[in-house]
This record gives sequence, structure tokens and C-alpha cells, in this order.
Amino acid sequence: MEKLKSSFKNMLLSLASISIVVASLLALVYEMTKEPIAQAEKQKQENAIKEVVPDFNNNPAEEKFKVEIEGDSLTVFPAKQDGKLVGIAVETNTAKGFSGEIKIMVGFDIDGMVKNYAVLKHAETPGLGAKMQEWFSNSSKPNQNVVNRKWNNNVKVKKDGGEIDAITAATITSRAFVDALNRAYEAYVKVIEHDSEKQKYTE
Amino acid sequence: MSKNLNILTNGILKENPVLVLLLGMCPTLGTTSSAINGFGMGIATAFVLICSNLVISLLKNIIPDKVRIPAFIVIIASFVTIVEMIMQAYMPPLYESLGLFIPLIVVNCIVLGRAEAFASKNTPLLSILDGVGMGAGFTLALTVLGSIREFLGTGKIFDISIYPENYGLLTFVLAPGAFIVLGFLIVIVNKLKTTKN
Amino acid sequence: MTKLIISPSPHVHGEFSTKRLMRDVIIALLPALFVSFYFFGFGAVKVVCISIISCVIFEYLIQKFLLKTTPSINDLSAVVTGLILSFNLPSNLPVWLVVTGSLIAIGVGKMVFGGLGSNPFNPALVGRVFLLIARPVEMTTWPLPLTLATPDAVTGATPLAIIKEGLKNGLTIDQIKESADYSFNYLDTLFGQIGGSLGEVSALALLLGFAYMLVRKVITWHIPVAIFLSVAVFSGTLHLLNPDKFIDPVFHLLTGGMILGAVYMATDYVTSPMTHKGMTVYGIGIGLLTITIRTFGSYPEGMSFAILFMNAIVPLINKYMKPKLFGERK
Repeated sequence: MEKLKSSFKNMLLSLASISIVVASLLALVYEMTKEPIAQAEKQKQENAIKEVVPDFNNNPAEEKFKVEIEGDSLTVFPAKQDGKLVGIAVETNTAKGFSGEIKIMVGFDIDGMVKNYAVLKHAETPGLGAKMQEWFSNSSKPNQNVVNRKWNNNVKVKKDGGEIDAITAATITSRAFVDALNRAYEAYVKVIEHDSEKQKYTE
Repeated sequence: MSKNLNILTNGILKENPVLVLLLGMCPTLGTTSSAINGFGMGIATAFVLICSNLVISLLKNIIPDKVRIPAFIVIIASFVTIVEMIMQAYMPPLYESLGLFIPLIVVNCIVLGRAEAFASKNTPLLSILDGVGMGAGFTLALTVLGSIREFLGTGKIFDISIYPENYGLLTFVLAPGAFIVLGFLIVIVNKLKTTKN
Repeated sequence: MTKLIISPSPHVHGEFSTKRLMRDVIIALLPALFVSFYFFGFGAVKVVCISIISCVIFEYLIQKFLLKTTPSINDLSAVVTGLILSFNLPSNLPVWLVVTGSLIAIGVGKMVFGGLGSNPFNPALVGRVFLLIARPVEMTTWPLPLTLATPDAVTGATPLAIIKEGLKNGLTIDQIKESADYSFNYLDTLFGQIGGSLGEVSALALLLGFAYMLVRKVITWHIPVAIFLSVAVFSGTLHLLNPDKFIDPVFHLLTGGMILGAVYMATDYVTSPMTHKGMTVYGIGIGLLTITIRTFGSYPEGMSFAILFMNAIVPLINKYMKPKLFGERK
């Protein structure tokens, strides 16, 4: 077959038909992957929740609600076993990080004990603040571990007179991390301990 | 037959897209923080390269010369979008770590370069061979680069621990390390090529 | 002679050999070296020795076996690189990191470009910045001077880090100065009784070396003075605008790697501009960048980044600020 000449008609037809074929192909693939992509996104959030709260059999992502804390609001995912509240996952954040916002998913059981946490988003220095995920969940170092720690209003890093060992050479990040957990705890207190609120949130 | 073989092996060392032609530096430097990321990026690019080479060589006669570049770009971009959607659906962890760089395959010089320099002048079979060879060379270079960076930076290769992570030098996982390691890799390839001749 | 070679001053003739210049730089660094031995003890001696020895060995090995040229370790330039690199390291840095830093400084910072005279970046700084990014924990855990250390506290933050952390924590400059961390005055920074890299702590000892180098005409005053002035003016302006958020210029001048960097690293012949006008522009750039990084960036100290950045611009400066030819008119 001879190569087509670059006449206006040829160029128009060729580009248009390529575009139409390609667009329909893309539409097909989009339809095919729409479900799995939505599934994968949901799975991701569910996994993050599953990691941080006790066993549950409801769907926390569908029952999420917002809790007001000092001039802000955090998203809370209630974990229920047979309709009974067993713990909550709080998507908390702090602006006190070394560079920008830190987002953490933290789970409390019904007694206010931190079950686990997952750092969702941060821009801390690699090698220093970026070690949040491993540092504060190291079960062989009780002074820096926050997992299975009964939280209270007064948790601080050692430098500020508290009991948590800060990440070596990253006090600011450690402080921000504790701040994020304190904010989450504030939401926890509102949900669990205040009877009136509890009714509102857990029915 | 030996000509076909030549085309296939050309991209692996003699005309390696990364280490000899120095094309596609953006994904090369940006995504190779670990062996698996480099490998994933290489495979994704190779897939796009093979598909676009094939399609363009099939369509070469119905694409008028004056609009060939827009036509190539439309074809390449749609394959990239397909790769992106498939990866997002079935390989979410890899999608997350490569994220931003997947759409950038569109502007990777190596893909358009092979379309323009090879596929638009050769038969579909040869174009596929060229795509496979170039894709393999790209994947190989990115995997080696990623492995070295991961090894020096974290003490692992493909997540398998070789020495304690405590002794890793973080620079190699970050951007400056990409430039340093790539520079040394190019030195080694140049040395290999000159001693061979 | 068919070709006339024109080069800017200082003109190298006879007695100004590389070796002589390097020897003078080493002599100028001695006061600060002894101060660091006094304050940081055996740790400092160890880091300095390992750094110098490994720099010299790497230079020899690379020249002999990789570049296959005659090793030129006799010109003492590797010794100076090793010495300045060690000045930029905390005195408790593990040995393997000192050796790695030397390898990067000599290998990547110098030999890759063809050795002394061809390197665009200051080799010692390449080594230091590499280590800083590679091992931020070790590189920012500063030992306190022996005179301040107690069994409970052998490491402490540098003055710059204390300020940075306090500001991040929402305190004002005055509140930080009253806090327990801030336990030094400007006299301490003058003599070196503060935390920091082993060679940067004593402003006085470093300035003594500066005076020696000026007298011996090893360097001219342009670069250091341009840096000091631009730092003073820029940080002074910020301080006047908001004294709660920006500390005074004296603090900036006396702490961190300011004097070490301005006098010994920014003035490196190979990596600084040729003309006095170029040197002034280069110095002002370093000063502005340093204060910008220190006050707005995420690292507490910005001297090394600023010098490396301006190193990269030197060819551009040299292009636009050529030495004027004799008899040339504007």
C-alpha cells in the first residue's frame, strides 16, 4: 500500500479515525477497570482501619462520622463486633510537623488503649522524622513504643517532661506525632466517655 | 535471521536507551529508589514501547507525514493510560510508589524516539523485536540502577536483606544518589564498550 | 612564545607553589584544631587523623590505579581536604562514616572531575553534605564540649538547632533564650564552648587563621567579608522587622559553620570566582542563601548547601565578570 499524501482530507481522516478507535479502546478498558479500582481504593482504607483497631465485623468505612475537637473536626471510624462498639479508628492530623502536615490513622480500643497506628501521609526528613512508623511501634523499646499504651491527656515527649522517647535527632517530628495522637484521643474521649455523646455516636 | 537477532539485542547493551543513548532520564532518576520500583517502571515502559511500536508500524502507511507526531503521541498516550488503569486496579502497591511517573511515560523520549526512528520505517515484526530489545535494555538498566541504590541505601536488594539496614547510606535512596550511581554506571558501560572495540 | 596566556591575579610564580599555599592553609587551621582537641578530646583527634589519612590514601589509590597518573599527594591538597572535612564532622562520628565521607570527598568530589584544579565543587563539602543526607542521625548528634558534658548529657544540640526547634515549638526568641537549652553566651561561641562540628565551634581561633592567611596573602579578604556583610545586613533586616521570630545578626555570624565556611571553604581557589568583583557577588550569594536556609529552610544550618550552590554558579560569574584586559575601555 502506498503511503498516504499529506492532503488536508487525509490528515483529517487519519487523525480522526485513530482518535476514535483509541478513545473507544480507552472507554472499554475504563469500564473494565472501574470496579477493581474502586475495590482497591476501598480495600486500602479498610486495611488501614483493620490494622489499627480490634477485630470487628461491621463496615467502619460506611459508618464513619465527624467529631468536633477544638476548632477542627476529625473523621472517626467505629469498629463494632455484633453491633457493640469495640474500638474506634481516628484519622488524625497535625500541623506541627517539621515540614508540613502529618496524617495518621490511629486506633483505640474501648478502654482508651492505642491498638496500633499507621502514618498515612507526611513530608518529614528521610532518615530522621520519617522513621515515625517504625520508631513508635518498636515493642522492644517500651519508652518509645505507643502501641498498647493506655493514652491520657498528658502524654508528652521526654524533653517536655513526658515519658515518650523522641526519635533521635528529630524532637520536632516526635512532638508532632504525639500531638496528632493527643488530638485523636480528644476525639476518643468525646465518643466513648461522654455518655450523651456516646449515644449520639454509637447508636 | 541474524539481522533480527541484532535488532533484538541492540537495545540491551550496544544502544542501551539509558546507559548509551541517555534517553528517558526523568523516570530513570525518579523511580529507581528500589530494585522493584525500577523493574516495575521498566516493564511498564517496555509494554508501552512494544505496543506502540507494533501499532505504529501497522498504521505507518495510513498516517500522513505531516501529522505523524500527533498521531504517535495519541497512540502512545492511550497505551500509557491503559497501563495506568490496569496497574491501579490490579497492582495498587506498585501504582502507589510509581504514581506520578506512570503518566510521564508519554513524554519518555525513548518511546517516541523508537516510533519515529524505527517503527515508522520497518515491518511490524521487526518493530516488535525492536520494542522488546529496547524495553529489555531499559528494564535492565533501571533494575540494575534500582538494585545498587537499594543495596547501598538500605542494605537490601528486592527487599531481601543483604546487610543490616543500620549501615545503609540514605543518600543513595534519595535523588542525589540517583545521579551519582547513574554516572558511575555510564562510566562502566563506556569502559566496557571501549575495551571491546 | 607564540601564545600569550592571560590569567587573573594572584599570579602564580615560583614561590607560590600549590604545596606552599596548602601548607599555609594547614597552619591557619591549627589554632581551631587545637581548640577542638581541647574541647572534644580524643574523639576529635581520632576523627581528624582518620579523615586525613583516608583522604590521602584514596587520592593515591585512585590516581595510581584508576586514573593511572603520577600520584600528587605531595602537594598536600588531599591533606587539606581531609582536615577541612574532619572540621565539618561531629567528633563522635563512627570511623566507617569518616572513611566513607573521605571516599566520597576525594572520589566523587574531586577525582571524578580529573583531580585538583578541575573540580567544580569543594571536595570536603561534597563529602560532608553526602554524609549529612546519608546519615542525618549521626551527623546531627553533636557531642558537647568536655567542659560541659555531664554523665547524663554527652550530646546536645547546636545553638542554631536550639533556635530552630524553639521557633517550631511556637516560642519567641526571648523565650528560647530563657529556656534551659540555651545555656551559652556570645563569649562561649567566641571560644568554642558550644556543641557543633569539631572545627567550627571557636570563632576566635578561626579568625586568627583568617588573619594569618591574609598576612601571607594566601587569600584576599573579598569573599569572607562579602559573606559576613551580606549575612549581617540580611539577618539584621529580618531581625529589625520581627525580633520575636528572627535572631540577631551577631548570633548568625558567630554560630554554625559561618566562619569556617566563609574563610576556609568558600575561598577555595578552584571553586571560587577569579575577579574581585566576581568574588563579591559570590560572597553575597552565599550569605543570602545561608540565612534563607537557616531561617526558612528545614535544616538548621545552610552554610554548606549555600557554598555548594554558589560553586555551581562560579562558571557563570566568571563568564560575566571577566578580568579587564590591560588598556581596555568600557
